[in-house]
Amino acid sequence: MNGFVKRKKMIGLSLFFWGSGQFLIAKQRLKGFIFFCMQLLLVGLELFSGYWIEYAQGLVPDFSIRLHGGFFTKGIWGIITLGEKLGGKYGDHSTMLLIKGVIAVIVLILFILVYLWNIKDASETGLQIEQTGTCMSSKEYFKQFYNKRFAYIVLAPIGIAFVFVVIMPIVFSVLTAFLNYNRDHLPPGKLLDWVGLANFKKLFTIPIWSHTFMKVFVWTVIWTLLGTLSTYFFGMFQAMILNHPLVRFKAVFRTILILPFAIPQMISLLVFRNLLNGQFGPINQILLKIGFISENIPFLTDPTIAKVTVLIVNLWMGFPMFMIMMLGVLANLDQSLYEAASIDGAGKTQCFKTITLPLIFQATSPNLIMSTAANFNAFGAIYFLTQGGPNNPDMQFAGSTDILISWIYKLTLDQQMYDIAAVMSVLLFFIVGAVSLWNFRRTVSFKEL
Amino acid sequence: MKKRITAILLHMELIIMSLLVIVPVIWIVLSSFQEGSGPSSTIKLSKLTLDNYRRLFAETNYAIWFFNTLKIAFASMVLSVCLIMITAWIMSRMQFAGKKASLMTIMILSMFPTFLSMTAIYTLFLTLGLVGKPISLIIVYAVGAIPYNTWLVKGYMDGVPMSIDEAAYIDGCTKFQSFRKIVLPLSTPIITYCAVSQFMMPWMDYILPNILLSGDKTRTLAVGLFALINGKESTNFTIFASGAVLIAVPITIVFIVFQKYLVQGISAGADKG
Repeated sequence: MNGFVKRKKMIGLSLFFWGSGQFLIAKQRLKGFIFFCMQLLLVGLELFSGYWIEYAQGLVPDFSIRLHGGFFTKGIWGIITLGEKLGGKYGDHSTMLLIKGVIAVIVLILFILVYLWNIKDASETGLQIEQTGTCMSSKEYFKQFYNKRFAYIVLAPIGIAFVFVVIMPIVFSVLTAFLNYNRDHLPPGKLLDWVGLANFKKLFTIPIWSHTFMKVFVWTVIWTLLGTLSTYFFGMFQAMILNHPLVRFKAVFRTILILPFAIPQMISLLVFRNLLNGQFGPINQILLKIGFISENIPFLTDPTIAKVTVLIVNLWMGFPMFMIMMLGVLANLDQSLYEAASIDGAGKTQCFKTITLPLIFQATSPNLIMSTAANFNAFGAIYFLTQGGPNNPDMQFAGSTDILISWIYKLTLDQQMYDIAAVMSVLLFFIVGAVSLWNFRRTVSFKEL
Repeated sequence: MKKRITAILLHMELIIMSLLVIVPVIWIVLSSFQEGSGPSSTIKLSKLTLDNYRRLFAETNYAIWFFNTLKIAFASMVLSVCLIMITAWIMSRMQFAGKKASLMTIMILSMFPTFLSMTAIYTLFLTLGLVGKPISLIIVYAVGAIPYNTWLVKGYMDGVPMSIDEAAYIDGCTKFQSFRKIVLPLSTPIITYCAVSQFMMPWMDYILPNILLSGDKTRTLAVGLFALINGKESTNFTIFASGAVLIAVPITIVFIVFQKYLVQGISAGADKG
């Protein structure tokens, strides 16, 4: 038997019985055995989690995948149908079926990868036999494999955990956007159906939805920009003052001013919520007492004032981070630059504009971008302070200060509009993904690639 | 003269800002020692009491919430630091097909807030029968920490010269030995950052624990505190204040102690991500 025939035979055998080519022809017993075990595991998983054996023996008269299918067949059946029978203990639970289905598909993909690897390996080992007349033993193969594929071996378990905990939920969310999963259709009481693009259509064509979406989106953008820029520039201003040579007790002021950064944000927000309370908040009480105002200021309940309030509280919490960073930059500035500039006759303002500002900006621009992304998703800053309120009757389940992410949260937990919330998550994912991809190209691609 | 006016103006600004920062802090601390139950504008320094702290432990499950959170924070810190270090080490030191693609994927995923897939995470753990058990949250925290922190630590490890590893290989080190004896000890600052930030996160995270651990006995501190105050401002405020002070003080101290590492870590994260 010449090498070429051997190779063909090996691939042919391994196509049907995993590892059999390696085992029988290349005499790589251990490797072939492991591949074969994987095949046994795959088949066994399906056979023993279902009722296939009983079915083959003729013990199951009315066979259906719903009742008698195995892990994989039932999983795929679940994704396609989302359940067929309603009711009680023995009814179908659509979302559980969906998630089991997604898990089954992921596991199946992993097995398919092993299968493809098995065929590729058969082909490569065959090629070795064809060219040299012999091939390495299993032991040599594993040794070489460990050295060459070390990264994959170590990362595989972490990668699998990552796929199930991080990627799978995202896949599930994306799929939810195409279901009628809302308070009128809640499993296990009701079955769900695939509705295609209906939810996307709803969001963009039904006026109250598209109107709310636009309003919330615009406020999200305003909030993100103003929230980030105000903290950035105020932090810069404060760092300049603190860095001024005439200032004494720097350490004291610095320690006090850093406090908002150190105190947990949630606590700060809940404290401000009480301080600013419209009825019995101390700030209103004090202002009333000193006669500065004649009636309570609705800090958190007037649409416009509430927006200003969340921005100011955000400034209180956010400026110390930039202040600390810029103090670091200022401390490391090269003093000779200023000396050279003053010899050339530059004034203080000119020095600031042409030396300090560009250097600070260069050192902190990554933080600026990061903080923009964080503000875009700053659920806590809105929810703990105003809970998105005051309520706005013109908007669908959103308040005047709601940003996209807090609206999504409300739609999910308070309104049980899982489908629309998922549509919005998908949109958010694209926005955030696009921005971060752009950011990635801007930073890393220039440095490393 | 001009100098003097400048100095006075600068100090005035600093004093005003310091007051704006510190007054709310003092107010909440003193409120926790006040009699009565609602937020008040008049703080009576003569009538300070520890009653609120007593009631906090007698009438709420604060101690249970505290230990729930401590367990979760500690376990997720240990697990995530292990996962992050190994992943980052591989990404920094090994060359393999698909490395760029996987780094890119986790980079985009790190910008996506975990809680957007909260329905899915809830359904997943419901299917696995883990809803209400702390292990569910630990898994989500530890694995969810991989994307962002991998980038951060990889960036740091790239700065540890490869030549040290190579010298170790020549002396007969295995790959894991070079990781344990060379790369890890040289990465202490970034490990500190990861550990501290992972430990601190569960104390004030709200959304996921609220969904996954909703029973009063299984709650974490943030969920418990929020439930204590939300909608009950006039009756529970002083108790809430005592609970808030009790947790904010240690966190603030940890922050100030590790300030150097945290600020460096945040800057490095922004730089790499």
